[in-house]
Amino acid sequence: MAIEHHDYDVLVLGSGGSGLRAAIAAAEAGAKTGLICKSLLGKAHTVMAEGGLAASLGNVAPEDDWSTHFQDTMFGGKYLNNWRMAELHAKEAPDRARELEHWGAVFDRTPERLMSQRAFGGHTYKRLVHIGDRTGLEMIRTLQDRTVHSNVEVFMETTITRLIKDGERVVGAFGYRRASGEQISFSAKALIVATGGGGRIYKITSNSQDCTGDGYALGYEAGAELVDMEFIQFHPTGMVYPPGVAGLLVTEAVRGEGGILRNALGERFMERYDPKRMELSTRDVVARSIYTEVQEGRGSPHGGVFLDVSHLDSAYVRKKLPSMYDQFMELAGVDITKEPMQVGPTCHYFMGGVKVDSDNGESRVPGLFATGEASGGMNGANRLGGNSLGDLLVFGRRAGEGAAAAADASGAVSLPADEVAAAQAEIDGYLNGSGTENPFEMHRELQTIMGDGVGIFRDREDLTDAIAKLDDLQARVGNLKAPSDRPDYNPGWQLCREVKNMLTVSHMIARGALMREESRGAHSRLDHTGYSDYWGEHNIIVHRDGEHDMTLTPIPVVKRGELQELVEARKEAEKAS
Amino acid sequence: MSVMPMAVGTRRLKIWRGDLTGGGLVDYDLNTEPGMVVLDAVLEIQRSQAPDLAVRWNCKAAKCGSCSAEINGKPRLMCKTRLDHLPPLEPITVEPMKAFPVIRDLVTDVSWNYRVNEQITPFTPRDDLKEGVDLHNGDFLIDQADTDRMSEFRKCIECFMCQDVCHILRDQRMHNRYYGPRFMVRMASLDMHPLDGVDRLDQIADEGGIGLCNITKCCTEVCPEGIHITDNAIIPMKERVVDTHDPLLKVLGRKPNRGRTKPPPRSEDPQL
Repeated sequence: MAIEHHDYDVLVLGSGGSGLRAAIAAAEAGAKTGLICKSLLGKAHTVMAEGGLAASLGNVAPEDDWSTHFQDTMFGGKYLNNWRMAELHAKEAPDRARELEHWGAVFDRTPERLMSQRAFGGHTYKRLVHIGDRTGLEMIRTLQDRTVHSNVEVFMETTITRLIKDGERVVGAFGYRRASGEQISFSAKALIVATGGGGRIYKITSNSQDCTGDGYALGYEAGAELVDMEFIQFHPTGMVYPPGVAGLLVTEAVRGEGGILRNALGERFMERYDPKRMELSTRDVVARSIYTEVQEGRGSPHGGVFLDVSHLDSAYVRKKLPSMYDQFMELAGVDITKEPMQVGPTCHYFMGGVKVDSDNGESRVPGLFATGEASGGMNGANRLGGNSLGDLLVFGRRAGEGAAAAADASGAVSLPADEVAAAQAEIDGYLNGSGTENPFEMHRELQTIMGDGVGIFRDREDLTDAIAKLDDLQARVGNLKAPSDRPDYNPGWQLCREVKNMLTVSHMIARGALMREESRGAHSRLDHTGYSDYWGEHNIIVHRDGEHDMTLTPIPVVKRGELQELVEARKEAEKAS
Repeated sequence: MSVMPMAVGTRRLKIWRGDLTGGGLVDYDLNTEPGMVVLDAVLEIQRSQAPDLAVRWNCKAAKCGSCSAEINGKPRLMCKTRLDHLPPLEPITVEPMKAFPVIRDLVTDVSWNYRVNEQITPFTPRDDLKEGVDLHNGDFLIDQADTDRMSEFRKCIECFMCQDVCHILRDQRMHNRYYGPRFMVRMASLDMHPLDGVDRLDQIADEGGIGLCNITKCCTEVCPEGIHITDNAIIPMKERVVDTHDPLLKVLGRKPNRGRTKPPPRSEDPQL
């Protein structure tokens, strides 16, 4: 039976900030461009980004420049970052911020009427361009409008379940329209994975429903390498109460604007963990500190710590943190201008992702590109707040241009019929097969395994146990079936492939975490608490060896001679302090 | 610190099930947890009782605007509506938005809104940006006061509940003649940008159909972001239309506002 089919030069999977920016760049480079949204356009997880976009414009701190931003990013990433990506990001973020403003984005101003910039953890200077605490929404709306006026064809509520290859090369994708269940295929001379992260593998997460790691799994299945998957950022401050909202993000801007962390004894406990940076230490440090306070019995009534802005002017809080004010008032019945919030760590961001060429986003698989949170390298072992919004603009644009160039150099492509048939059989199996595994239940099991064994603090015993349990799930994942067999807007059907993706991603994280026998950035091992010289020089690469075997290989960090001086200078400065 | 009482126990939800061919309310009983929102309840019903229950949601943090529905007859975000803030002794009804065609259960086809948005010329910098006045090394120079004014409108999360409750759309079904409150807000955010170079007045008045709004303020009441849609977006634009949008002058060729140029012609009126 013939199915709906479309041909593109460049196909972008994902409509968050990186996907939109990539689609704009590809279309402006002349490529016929298609954009796939798993949800409606403009609803992607980027809307949740609150604090701001890190760019060394120097509007507030004139002494700031790209080299300090580069050093901060490298220090935050514990020097495991791809040096070139950190460099490109620091150099290009200011232009991408200006460009966004020229496209109609509206940011808060300085008295000189320039874009204002706020302080954030790990950034030496006030660097984050922002608008209140809804910077991500402003960005996505601006990019969304630019996209729909750039001749990009948009497919809303369309799920991609497989990348289609012709020989060694990616030539398209297959999936279905969620509203009707009708199958759809795309051919693409170049395909960009911009699918964001996979926080839904944890129960306590700030991530949207969509964040199921699809791009990591699809890229992996297509033969791409992934890097740094063991590094999961737990944002220090998520809501802990009521249970229904546990994990919901409390922006770092609360601390950026002067919020203070206290334990149940009223102690400003960050004095013990990072007396120099206090509340604005890097996220890995603050998250571990909060976790430790709670574990040692100094937590708040609902198992977090207190975050307080009640000492600040009430009108200022409501102006600078309006959504936080609403969020706590509405969902927890707490007036943050009068009483402290209770907060705890929540899974927030994947530092790792598809390993790509730093300059154009190409993976090792011809025709396959990746960008944004779906790609890895830029952030190393820990991402600084504000660096993801810059990342998705800088590398979204680069991937879009890279893909357009690759498409331009390519002849026509077509989808091999047997590949499409295999993809059809897979999703048909979830709907009409004889499977007995319920995807809702398996998702819960997966979240429990990851929360118990692969959380903020890890050790060999728990990781080994988690991997064994993941192997059990792996044996059952082929038996998934949606509880209902109707094709139109069927959430269980949707979840089948997502659970499979999340399971693949969970394996990568758990195995990488077991292999890395040290504590660095967001990865903390109770049985290897210090830095290791060897691991300080190596990233872990994950790829598929043959049809099924997941292989992990350490490779040396990608350095650049001309940046050596900057990196050494920062290392010396850290030692001196 | 104050601790709000959080009622728990069994609640009954009456959820609309059906599609374009028809449907009705179906009862579900559920054990609730403290602080549960309507979306939690609907997802738990989906997980444990009705696996094919269609519901659109994503961020569950009142930021993406996906989970709009009519709860006890009033448009609300399911993720932001706590069960214990609804009358405790009555069942909770959850129905899809009515201004748009239903796809299935709680999911409606909101694609008309996206077609409307495509008709609106995006922000385009003015031609006469003066070096040193409006620009500084390529940076725009904008007052915080202007930012604050636009920012109210740019808070919009596109939940489309203002569209749902607008009489012109919901009852009169004049989707081909009025863009609706959401896009009046969008027009206002563009129109009030000090460096925007597009004269949007004709579109606001003609295709946009601002004259059809009869200022009942229903849209303002349901906005989850608290945008003063009627007072701050629609009424000021209505006044400007009355002041400057003379149909006779238009026939003769009205000059655009200073520093602004007329947008390119648009395609046809978006149909529902």
